Parts: sequence; structure tokens; C-alpha cells
Amino acid sequence: MISVQNVHKSFGDLEVLKGVSLDVQKGEVVSVIGGSGSGKSTLLYCINAIETINSGKILVDDVDVHAKSTNKDKLRQKLGMVFQQWNSFPHMTVLENAALAPRIVKKMSKEEAMEIAKKELEHVGLGDKLDVYPTKMSGGQQQRLAIARALAMKPDYMLLDEVTSALDPELVGEVLDTLRLLAEEGMTMICVTHEMGFARDVSDRVAYFHQGVIAEIGEARQVITDPQNPLTQKFLSKVR
Amino acid sequence: MNSLFTPLSWSDSGLILTGVWNTVIISVVAIVVGTILGLIVGFARSESNKVVNAVFGSLLDVLRSVPLIIQLILFSTFMGAAGSPLAPFVAGSIVLSLYTMAFMAEVFRGGFESVSPSMQTAARSLGMTKWQTIYHIRLPIGLRAVFPSWLGVSLSVIKDSALVSVIGYMELLRTSEQLISRTQQPLEILIGVGIFYFIISYPLSYYGRYVERKMAI
Repeated sequence: MISVQNVHKSFGDLEVLKGVSLDVQKGEVVSVIGGSGSGKSTLLYCINAIETINSGKILVDDVDVHAKSTNKDKLRQKLGMVFQQWNSFPHMTVLENAALAPRIVKKMSKEEAMEIAKKELEHVGLGDKLDVYPTKMSGGQQQRLAIARALAMKPDYMLLDEVTSALDPELVGEVLDTLRLLAEEGMTMICVTHEMGFARDVSDRVAYFHQGVIAEIGEARQVITDPQNPLTQKFLSKVR
Repeated sequence: MNSLFTPLSWSDSGLILTGVWNTVIISVVAIVVGTILGLIVGFARSESNKVVNAVFGSLLDVLRSVPLIIQLILFSTFMGAAGSPLAPFVAGSIVLSLYTMAFMAEVFRGGFESVSPSMQTAARSLGMTKWQTIYHIRLPIGLRAVFPSWLGVSLSVIKDSALVSVIGYMELLRTSEQLISRTQQPLEILIGVGIFYFIISYPLSYYGRYVERKMAI
């Protein structure tokens, strides 16, 4: 379980998270929606210890993420993360991209790492691109590579930060389909997204972020189709 | 009068080859040492450590702005005056290596800084440690980006090594000067020397193009 407890986070004078609490159970898919600058991406960065927090607590499987004694590199192995920018490693083939972390972080043999990487790449539909260099692929394919690369570490949770925002519109579908597949397989996910249809259909719960707090959270279909908070209503009427 | 001069003969080839060899040796030393030091300093500078930047920044500026020939003469004279004169090869290697380092450091700094922070964050998010990220991501991507510049600096080092002749190192240019003063055949000798510089540089340039093609991504 991921447990975010009353987290505050500032960048200089700007308080981005103003007391955020959120529990995500194993197997659950939670989508986080909200305007830009509302703090939703920052939350993911704090869960993954890429950013520090000012106060509060984040527990991942009862481990305090921001405690000094926590080995953050080890913790991140549990938390797969995919970003808006796919960040493929341009000097490696698709297969090497996905096999790198299992090999050097988990110290697997080359064969073992390649085997797992190959399986995950087939999983996201890139089985025929193993020896291609990522710069030769479309954004959608590179984003699926980023998903497979994260999955190859066998994470317990996936944190997805606006993974379709930088894609050409016609490429969004293939990436969302991949995420839908993961959700069906029971992967625990927190998705920061602007895709309301995806949030409604794929996630169990949706949280609406407004100015650093969760203004509304509830069952996905209810929040998207019948929001209770006027702020949520206003936001959804604008994005539709 | 003519008896003062003796024309160029085959027996001079040994002298010329010694010059070629000495040019190759001092160039290789300067490129290897300059590359290693340049990597370290360039990396430190890209890490934007303020102390390192202040110290090395001004040192690099001096090394890059003062003509090499002046650096060679000053260093060699200073060491002599300080009571520990160095052999021309040693003094020349030190100055040429530091001079090379100054250019390499800026080349490598640019390369390391060209690797986007988000790429490194992505690597860290996979559980890679800071040093794993540097070794597997930042170093290879940064080095590929600056390989053509590295090659350019290396090629100019080979030609700059001619200046080490001013402190008495018997490299290619100095041997040719000696031959010219003895034979009074400057045209033939300078053309020959030019060809030798080309023969020394061309393999590096050719190999560089081959590596660039192989790395093309």
C-alpha cells in the first residue's frame, strides 16, 4: 500500500502541496486529475523520492520514503515510473534499454535480464523492435518502451506522470491501451492524466487536485460524470 | 662556398624518422593525458561545483588564451631558473598536456551538460544509483555527442606539437629546420614534412569518421 499522509511541499516560497493525504491499496488504479500547477505531478515525484517533502509522511509498504535511513535506490525498484517525456536511452537498442536496470541494479546475468526485457517488450507490443534504436521509433512506441523498461524491474506500483501529454493525438490510443492492459492484470497504478475517458473507464478512483489539495476524491465514474465539488464541476466543464 | 652545405641524402632518413617518432610520441602523450585530465575537470565543471568552477575556470581561461609557444618558453625557462631544469620532452609533454586538457575539459563539459536532467531522473527512477547513472547514461551519451569535437582538438594537438621545437625538443619540425640549414633545400624538406604531418594525422581522422559512423544513432 502507498500511504500519503498530510504531505506539504514547497519550492522556495511556492507551496505546491498543502496537506495531501491519499491511500492507494494494492491492485487499485487511482487517476489524479487537475489543472497544471495543481501539484499532481509533484506528488508522484515525492512518492518516488525524486523530490523531498517539507512535512508529513509517505509510506510505501510501511517503509517511510523520506526517512534518512531509507535506501531510496532500493525503494525505487518497487516503484516503476513513466514520465511525460519518454527519455529513451539513445545509445542502446530497445532490448538493451529494457534490460539495463535488471542487469545492473538487480545484478541479473545478461541472459536473464534480456529474457525478462524481451518478455515485457512483447507485453507492450514491441516484440518486433528489439534490435531497433529508440530514436528510430515513434513517440508512442518510445513511451511503450518506457513502460516496458519500468515493468522489467518487476515493480509493485506504477507511477505514471502525464504519459500521453507529449504525444501526437493519433499515438495516444496505443499507450492508453497498454495501460488499460496493465490495469486489467491487476497492476497498482497512480496515473496523473488529462485523459478523462481513461480516468473514468480504467481507474477505480479519481482524485481532483486543486491548488495543492485534493478537492474531491471518489469512485471514478462518479467523480467524472457527477462531481460534487463545484471546483471539480468547473474544471471538468472546461476540459470537456 | 657550396662546400658548407651538403645536399639531402638517404642517410638523413634516420633523422627524419626520429623527428616523426618524437612528434607521434609527444602528441600521443598530450592527447591521452589531456583527455583523461579533461574528462575529470570537465565532469567536475558540469557538476557545477562552485569551488572547482572558480579555480579551474580561470586556470582553463589562462591556458586557452595564452599562446602555446609563450607557455612553453615561460615554463621551460622558469623550471631552469628555479634550479630544476627539465628535459625538453618532459617540459614539452607537461605544457602540451595541460594545454590539451584545457580544451578537452570544455569539450567534455559541454557533452555532459547536453544529457538532459530528465534522462538522468528516468534512470534514477529505475533504481540506478548516482554513479550507475553517470557510468551507463551520462558518460556514454555525453561522449558520443562530443566525439567530433574531441577529434578536432586531437588533430590540432598533433600540429601544435610542432611548437615544442622552440624549447629544443627534436620533433619533426626541428629536425627539418636542422636539415634546411644544412642543405639549403627548404622547399623539398618542408613539402616532405607537411606530408609526414598528414600521414600522422590522417589515420586518426579516418578512424574518427569510422567511429562516428558506427556510433551514428
